[in-house]
Amino acid sequence: MTAVPDTIARADRGRGKHYFGSLSRRFATLYLPLGILLFVLLFPFYWMVVTTFKPDTELYNYAHFNPFWVAHPTFEHIDKLLFQTSFPNWMVNTLIISVSSTFISLFSSVCAAYAIERLRYKGSQYVGMAIFLAYLVPPSILFIPLVAMVFRLGLFDSDWSLILTYPTFLVPFCTWLLMGYFRTIPYELEECALIDGASRLQILLKITLPLAVPGLISAGIFAFTLSWNEFIYALTFISSSENKTIPVGAITELVEGDVYHWGSLMAAALLGSVPVVLLYSFFVDYYVSSLTGAVKE
Amino acid sequence: MAVETHNSDRLAARTGRRLRDNRDWLGALFMLPAAAILLVFLAYPLGLGFWLGLTDAKIGEAGHFIGWGNFVSLAHDAVFWLVVFNTTFYTVVASVVKFALGLYLAVLLNERLPFKSLLRAFVLLPFVVPTVLSAIAFWWIYDSQFSIISWMLIRLGLIHRYIDFLGEPWNARWAVIAANIWRGIPFVAITLLAGLQTISPSLYEAATLDGATAWQRFRHITLPLLTPIIAVVMTFSVLLTFTDFQLIYTITGGGPINATHLMATLSFQRAITGGYLGEGAAIADAMVPFLLAAILFSYFGLQRRRWQQGSAD
Repeated sequence: MTAVPDTIARADRGRGKHYFGSLSRRFATLYLPLGILLFVLLFPFYWMVVTTFKPDTELYNYAHFNPFWVAHPTFEHIDKLLFQTSFPNWMVNTLIISVSSTFISLFSSVCAAYAIERLRYKGSQYVGMAIFLAYLVPPSILFIPLVAMVFRLGLFDSDWSLILTYPTFLVPFCTWLLMGYFRTIPYELEECALIDGASRLQILLKITLPLAVPGLISAGIFAFTLSWNEFIYALTFISSSENKTIPVGAITELVEGDVYHWGSLMAAALLGSVPVVLLYSFFVDYYVSSLTGAVKE
Repeated sequence: MAVETHNSDRLAARTGRRLRDNRDWLGALFMLPAAAILLVFLAYPLGLGFWLGLTDAKIGEAGHFIGWGNFVSLAHDAVFWLVVFNTTFYTVVASVVKFALGLYLAVLLNERLPFKSLLRAFVLLPFVVPTVLSAIAFWWIYDSQFSIISWMLIRLGLIHRYIDFLGEPWNARWAVIAANIWRGIPFVAITLLAGLQTISPSLYEAATLDGATAWQRFRHITLPLLTPIIAVVMTFSVLLTFTDFQLIYTITGGGPINATHLMATLSFQRAITGGYLGEGAAIADAMVPFLLAAILFSYFGLQRRRWQQGSAD
């Protein structure tokens, strides 16, 4: 992919054009727009960090303090968030819910994707299409009937209401991703094992799954992030403060009447983002491959 | 007796083996967990949603069948039509800008650059961070008294008073659209970048040798080859934008005077805050035709263009 600009650059130089001219053109057409776009994309995060560590005196006084910098960094907002609000509860809830729904979804998706791609039972291609269509059903049109169901099942205000409903968007996504991944594993390997007398379950556990580990990591990380970020179900199905998840708790509990405590709001936004960002930073490539794998085909 | 047991054991073993090797039976078994989840918590609620839209159900009350009553009253509801306008405007503007800027960013990132993978990792950050949490940051950036944007513009001498971003209907509309674009660019850019990387460099070399300009290379090589992936990416983007809930709920709550309410937030307000489940479900149902139209338009529209280009050659 780098070969193109390479050739062009070499061709330019070869023709004896002004090297500095092309360098400044490259700056104007490439580095400058890229820099501006990156600045816009990253500024809100910088603003989050700066606000989190600013004492209130600086936060609301732009005349005396440069708003872009923290003169006297403080931990008071983080301290308030951790010891005077239910934030630690929300963190634990979000973690439990995300991990459980991710594992439930991964298990059912592995089975489903293997069946659709490799067992190829009667009608499996239609089921594959149905899974893709299920992927397109937005939570915004499901939350009302789901809240009615959650009430009737007696799950309202419990972790289970979310652990059981998050797989509705995780399973189609993971299945679709893993189907694509299983397709890349040579079928011959499984045929050999079949001839040697291995059962289907043995093949899945000992041959296909070990080879599909990168796909499983991709799907797992993405599913975890999606559950961590979910909002509308958590907002609708949970009512008591200590059972909330981070996104819901931050927006519903940290605002007291008309007084916005921007410092602790930004601290919540920052600390609530840290786990997913850390996970993301360790597995960027898996993350990207699941993002792009999901739209392939 | 002993022989019989022996026989039935053998029979059971044989049936067991046959079932274990039968694809259809095994397939059904493997599908069971996923199918159970999707049937109970996706297919059934989808149907229940349509049914609720035809009833006057309230929270904690089953409600009675009232036919098209909810839809008739919505058709006479000025707020509903304002919200339909808002949602369409929001979706169209945000999707067009996200596509343009996302594609631009993808093309820039496809150039020869130092620290490319690091850059790519940073670009994707807005997509990774929970939407509500970054929306809170936008809420603070748009604050009427302490907006950093207003402060910068005043320092630069471009304006003289702080902009009331979220207090004026049109300001608020543009503000939430900007936040949505910010949130959506990384997805478009990174997926299109993956598409760009599959285009063979030799095509560009050939075109360069034939004297094609950069724009011609983009217009006649990049764009046609990228069309299928653009179709899928934009279908997803349109779908997510049309059904958006989190940004609006966090930043404006639908205000001022319903100027930024989208169909999803209005249905939440009527169904959960107001307690009229039936009416809220009817609003959610009303999104379905728009969604189908959006999917068909962005998907088949772009697919056909690819087909036409293919047949023209």
